[in-house]
Amino acid sequence: MAVKQRAAIIGSGNIGTDLLMKMSRSEWVEPVWMVGIDPDSEGLKRAEKLGVKTTSDGVDGLLPMVERDGITLAFDATSAYAHAENSRKLNALGVTMIDLTPAAIGPFCVPPVNLAALGGDTVNNVNMVTCGGQATIPMVAAVSRVQRVTYGEIVATVASRSIGPGTRMNIDEFTRTTAKAVELVGGAEQGKAIIVINPAEPPLMMRDTVHCLVDGEPQQEAITRSVHAMVAEVQRYVPGYKLVNGPVFDGQRVSLFLEVEGLGDFLPKYAGNLDIMTAAALRTAEMLVQRAQEAV
Amino acid sequence: MSSESAMQQSRVKLHDMSLRDGMHSKQHQISIEEMVNIATGLDDAGMPLIEVTHGDGLGGASVNYGFPAHTDEDYLRAVVPKMKQAKVSALLLPGIGTVDHLRMAQDCGVSTIRVATHCTEADVSQQHIQYAAGQGLDTVGFLMMAHMVSAEALLEQASLMASYGANCVYCTDSAGFMLPEEVSEKIGLLRDKLPANVEIGFHGHHNLAMGVANSVAAIRAGASRIDGSVAGLGAGAGNTPLEVLVAVMHRMGMATGIDLYKIMDVAEDRVVPMMDQPIRIDRDALTLGYAGVYSSFLLFAKRAEQRYGISARDVLVELGRRGTVGGQEDMIEDLALTMAREKGLVAAGAGS
Repeated sequence: MAVKQRAAIIGSGNIGTDLLMKMSRSEWVEPVWMVGIDPDSEGLKRAEKLGVKTTSDGVDGLLPMVERDGITLAFDATSAYAHAENSRKLNALGVTMIDLTPAAIGPFCVPPVNLAALGGDTVNNVNMVTCGGQATIPMVAAVSRVQRVTYGEIVATVASRSIGPGTRMNIDEFTRTTAKAVELVGGAEQGKAIIVINPAEPPLMMRDTVHCLVDGEPQQEAITRSVHAMVAEVQRYVPGYKLVNGPVFDGQRVSLFLEVEGLGDFLPKYAGNLDIMTAAALRTAEMLVQRAQEAV
Repeated sequence: MSSESAMQQSRVKLHDMSLRDGMHSKQHQISIEEMVNIATGLDDAGMPLIEVTHGDGLGGASVNYGFPAHTDEDYLRAVVPKMKQAKVSALLLPGIGTVDHLRMAQDCGVSTIRVATHCTEADVSQQHIQYAAGQGLDTVGFLMMAHMVSAEALLEQASLMASYGANCVYCTDSAGFMLPEEVSEKIGLLRDKLPANVEIGFHGHHNLAMGVANSVAAIRAGASRIDGSVAGLGAGAGNTPLEVLVAVMHRMGMATGIDLYKIMDVAEDRVVPMMDQPIRIDRDALTLGYAGVYSSFLLFAKRAEQRYGISARDVLVELGRRGTVGGQEDMIEDLALTMAREKGLVAAGAGS
């Protein structure tokens, strides 16, 4: 039986809380600390109720406890601005960072696509790209592993309620980072990302469209097989990940229409965009732990 | 601002959309020569401001919205230097284009940046409005699908845009759904509550044949910028036809600074001959206005009808029912596939 690795969650907001609830069920990772900056925060109170140690002194409150409590993993759900310092301090103590912010200091990670290829023990920081990236890059990769994708484009449509002030104030970061990861991780030669925010009530489920332009006639059967296999891979950590329509083949265009329903742990089910981030972050940690233990 | 004489003194600025909104109706395939030909005609007719961008704004070139015949940069670099008096504007939708695109447009000599968001999502425009205003550009906030919210909610969003630095805010009837009373109420409240140095604008679509009437209502309620398109070249049943609006304004005794015969001739001799289809209120365009659906969905729905055998009107009505917003063009093929499967027109597990 595996030995669980002990983890800290930095950021006691909605994302951190959802991640904590998912982690409580993990066979590989055990949540030990929740780090906040506000002693009155609801998130820290919830974490205490779930039996997790808390500090409201930020990362500096955690540092003295890292060795004593055997913390080897930290998940950063704060902001890109705070992440660089958090990562530097915790890396110095040998803690591996899973970065849910857009800081992207470490390499992009979309678990079913490139985690296996990320360099073993040398990786001490991985970045989870963006919600739209986690939802769509597996599909770009599913096409590009069959046939050269000259252009990959993703359209993420999310419920207005699921988009926080940080993303809103810097929406360019979403489009730029996602487009770059469509290229670097998805394997498209040129990437483009579009985000659309919809305020309908009741809130709409996250939906994503992936358009790939392939080199030559699409290899329809192989692409279809590859896409369905990849959907199944993502469903291992996001059961509500669904291919609604497609692949549609139209000339050199291959289009896929997806819906992402969250587990509804702490975040509402329609916020599949947030759920897929926390689920992918945990999945990444689990795969890293699994890999390290298999190597022993 | 109630008497006609007061209106005669404060001139309303007209803003031509034929080379941006008109791109929708041409599937973004307007040639450089056509762009320059129409823009120089408008310049000569006295049009003060002309928008030149992909239909979905800077960076709109995509599978989702259509790849244009030329890049935004190519169009802008061809048109801007040819203008004798007209200024050129560019549109940007945050989530599609970025500040990098704004820098490019600025480098091309654009005078006006218009930042467009859905009418409830103004806060995604902060970085773009701040950038444009910080550069000293004429900076406009553009609240789309404004029929979907109350006048009070629209005011709240318009105030956000003004607080970021927009010197003009638009009530945008993207679906051509509004009737004059609604325009009067919304423009009236914005004019009443926003600072006097923030201009108010109105952008109409002609899907219910209300483009001109709504623009007149907007002017009477205090709008000082009105969008329209020469010959109506625009998404759906087109924008407010500018040559008609100019004639109406002249009848009302309002100065426009535009030579009526010259703009009529641009419409008739330069724009109409290049239309792919007549810009008219066919049953699908009428459905847009009736169901409150984003006007640029029109040709996408028509294509889905051809490809999947589902009525464009049914698709558009369903898109309206679901509260679809601008930019969700991908939803059209997705929905058409689902509807076709339900009707047994395509196999289950469509496409695969």
